[in-house]
Amino acid sequence: MSRRGGPPEVNAGSMADIAFLLLIFFLVTTTIETDAGLDRMLPPMEPPDENVVIKQKNIFTVNINKSGQLLVEEELTNLKDLRKKAVAFLDNGGDGTCNYCKGRRDESSSDNPTKAIISLKNDRETKYGTYITVQNELVGAYNELRNREAQRLFGRDFTDMEAEYLNPETPSSIRDDLKDKVQRIQDLFPQKLSEAETSTSN
Amino acid sequence: MAKFTKKKDGDLPAVSTASLPDIVFMLLFFFMTVTTMKDSSLMVENTLPNASEVKKLEKKDRVLYIYVGKPTRDYQKVFGTEPKIQLNDKFANVSDVGDFILEERAKKPQELQNVLTTALKVDKDANMGLISDIKQELRKVNALKVNYTTYEGDAFRNIQ
Repeated sequence: MSRRGGPPEVNAGSMADIAFLLLIFFLVTTTIETDAGLDRMLPPMEPPDENVVIKQKNIFTVNINKSGQLLVEEELTNLKDLRKKAVAFLDNGGDGTCNYCKGRRDESSSDNPTKAIISLKNDRETKYGTYITVQNELVGAYNELRNREAQRLFGRDFTDMEAEYLNPETPSSIRDDLKDKVQRIQDLFPQKLSEAETSTSN
Repeated sequence: MAKFTKKKDGDLPAVSTASLPDIVFMLLFFFMTVTTMKDSSLMVENTLPNASEVKKLEKKDRVLYIYVGKPTRDYQKVFGTEPKIQLNDKFANVSDVGDFILEERAKKPQELQNVLTTALKVDKDANMGLISDIKQELRKVNALKVNYTTYEGDAFRNIQ
């Protein structure tokens, strides 16, 4: 018990324990959350100047009632079939001007993807969950078609390209290149989703 | 010479653990800096719906949050069980949404004011009527970019 070697060293062994304790606390409380969701643009308040006439066959109407049932083109439809119907409508290419469409070219359905409009209407008592499911299916229909075209033109998925384009960590040289590609696909199948004011009637 | 014969036992010297705290502290500081404490506590039930076609919401500083849902149990006595809007830390009416957006927008730097997104964090059991009213308010103040925040998952789980 002699103190010949100078003052004794402080035992630092427990320091690690303390630090671990803090570390575990922060590990547990940390939630690195990145929110994700469906992006939408609301229509501006001021109405367009001139009254645009849209042919009835270019409008795809989706009605949701308060119990969550769907009326698609005047037909009671299961939610699971909505995406298929929307794809068939958008991809129809009725007037033959759309050279990349693979639809049935039905005269009574939409003329061209750039003219096709999906109109969504819901009741005030519709559940938000149902509404999101419908929105999801409609966005899914657009994505399905856009992916198909992106695969054909650039050999990769549109959703993948768009995610890389929107990611702030992507270098700007790649972003500029992607911007044109994303824009081109978006022009082939522009997302025209109109939402009418909700109905108050039953 | 006597000084050099001090080593008596041929035991292996213990591995120094002195640098262990440094390593752990490094990790600690990492987690301390990335941790974001929630700035507003939720006063509404907020079970988001699921969706599969989601886009990530990048850049937190460009997002304004609006929460909608039933008040949690503590607040149900005072505010009832109808879905309410929560802005920052208090319940609000539909008519307050516009002012809130304008106020929050004014707080942001000039260059961000035109690129703001409004994230709607809505409980899946809320009614669309309230959401439509909010959307109408957002249109009035020209906050047109919205994001319906959802969990990633199968969208058909929402309707069960």
